[in-house]
Amino acid sequence: MKHSTRFVLGISAMAVATGLVLSGCSSSSPTTTSSDGGLTPVTLQLQWLAQAQFAGYYAAVSQGYYKDEGLDVTIKEAGADTVPIKSVASGDADYAISWVPKVLGSIEQGVNVTDVAQIFERSGTTQISFKDKNITTAADLKGKKVGSWGFGNEWELFAGMQKAGIDTTSGIKLVQQAFDMKGFLAGDIDAAQAMTYNEYAQVLETVNPDTGKLYTPDDLNVINWNDEGTAMLQDAIWADTEKLKDDAYDAQTVKFIKASIKGWVYVRDNPTEAASIVTAAGSTLGTSHQLWMTNEVNKLIWPSTAGIGEIIPSAWDQTVDIAKATKNDTGQTIVTATPPDTAYSNEYVDKALKELKDENVDVMGASWTPTTVELKEGGK
Amino acid sequence: MTRARPILLGVAGVVLLGVAWEGYKALGPADGVVVNGLTVLPRTSDLAMPHLVTMWTRLGEPVTSAAGSPALWEAVVKAAGFTLGIAAVGWIIGVVVGMLLAILMQRFRTAESALLPWIVLSQTVPLIAIAPLVSGWGSQIRFGESRWQDWMSVAVIASYLAFFPVSIGALRGLESPEKAHMELMRTYAVGWWKTLLRLRLPASVPYLIPALRLAAANAVIGTVVAEVSIGLSGGVGRMMVEYASTASGDPGKPWAPIFGAVAIGLIAAGVVALLGLVLKRYRRGEVTA
Repeated sequence: MKHSTRFVLGISAMAVATGLVLSGCSSSSPTTTSSDGGLTPVTLQLQWLAQAQFAGYYAAVSQGYYKDEGLDVTIKEAGADTVPIKSVASGDADYAISWVPKVLGSIEQGVNVTDVAQIFERSGTTQISFKDKNITTAADLKGKKVGSWGFGNEWELFAGMQKAGIDTTSGIKLVQQAFDMKGFLAGDIDAAQAMTYNEYAQVLETVNPDTGKLYTPDDLNVINWNDEGTAMLQDAIWADTEKLKDDAYDAQTVKFIKASIKGWVYVRDNPTEAASIVTAAGSTLGTSHQLWMTNEVNKLIWPSTAGIGEIIPSAWDQTVDIAKATKNDTGQTIVTATPPDTAYSNEYVDKALKELKDENVDVMGASWTPTTVELKEGGK
Repeated sequence: MTRARPILLGVAGVVLLGVAWEGYKALGPADGVVVNGLTVLPRTSDLAMPHLVTMWTRLGEPVTSAAGSPALWEAVVKAAGFTLGIAAVGWIIGVVVGMLLAILMQRFRTAESALLPWIVLSQTVPLIAIAPLVSGWGSQIRFGESRWQDWMSVAVIASYLAFFPVSIGALRGLESPEKAHMELMRTYAVGWWKTLLRLRLPASVPYLIPALRLAAANAVIGTVVAEVSIGLSGGVGRMMVEYASTASGDPGKPWAPIFGAVAIGLIAAGVVALLGLVLKRYRRGEVTA
């Protein structure tokens, strides 16, 4: 008995020591939640690592737009297994950035979130191929080796092919595509999925062994799902539906959207500085690649049809229709029924846009024109 | 001469690997070796297998063309140091927890029957299932003013992989003293606690050292994978994901963080080897794991 007592004491001592070691470690890193000057701490969960795709939010932090609205915003990057919407649902984050089709499935499974601002009006997903393959429309994909990322990134491609009358189970050779373009360049894939702001540039940063120079847009055919009519809405700001009933969160949401939009306006007017801000925030993408991404992301927003962030009902309905009707390679659809009315709301973005217009901020970008970005080898 | 031998052999091993790489690249079929539609050996193109020289010279160039960008090797060393630090914390937690479990199981037979199956089962849960759970729970935890940091989740995941070999190895070690030695202790009327310190722990060292080495390797792997899984920035795991996008345009770059991970593994193994030197007088008849 005596020995057991000592034993238990020993165990407790070790447990305490472990605890001390752990807490010692924790105190070495500064806390991020200290709200100075009465700022409200707000956490934004991204859907991937820091890169110019999220330039507007980083710009809003660095230019102090969130502070101006009384918000102390912490931006959380995502890992390979992060589901941004879950962070909002579990309260780990106040807002999240995510593609609409990825969230529709979660909503059907009972997650209560609302699209409060549709930052990207257009889709950045394309299917690219080398000129000699002669693939210029979705219908041309028939019988070809078609690359697909899967994991919820494939719906526009499948919708496009099904719209063109291709049987996607037998009419094509589906190739699982990695998140680099090696398979495409090696010829394993005839037509590869590519985001305008990322993978398309990766190809243009590669030396063409036949010419000894970088590939050029003239070497490639691009199927743009916006033109094919099967585009789905992408980056949007999502908020917790239940919490929106709370007046404080409601007001904070308007402020958050307003400052975020100001950030995106900054990115539109200062693309080079915006790219540097994202790099300073920890992105290690090459300088020319980062600037390319900034410019291409701007194209997805500007010029805006109804004001940046406004959810256009016809575009939303198109996304929902595709989500209900399109079957992917496993025979599944994203949703079986139309999502509830709470799935999106223009109430908050309307208020934010009105305040911005009163401050003479250009939220339409009608006169905006993209710049020309020269990509360097490897995106350097 | 006898001292230099292992070092020479080690260098020869690395050189041989390099020769094999370049040799296959020069002589192997351009489209790789494909059996029944399955690629068993890779393509030999510069994209799939860059020259060793490409990887080496890339290390000396800046990460990006931005002004003030550090050389690639500097960035990798910094990231590797960060990952090594987290792996070390994970390893220490894993070793402490593993030892405690082993002592508990040795002391109480019931504990052994109750815990051992769960310890084995714990290792069948895939990392990608645990990682989001740990970071989810972590974000609910507060210590007074300070908050749970993401790197702590990574360290916990690393320790989850590291504790297993320690608990199993230490348990075998603690139970290894011969019956005669145990009976000698009993005739001296020595209690359990002292028997543990004087007999069982020293006897467990030959089992423990290989277990600690395995735990170090597990902690490094766990840290790198968990970094990717929960998206922690600063380490080599995240660097691998980010640099992967340059695989076609800048094929030497994605290899840099891989070298960093290898270096971390070597350092971790070296530290355990040093520990083995300190405990040398207990290492009679060591079993290799």
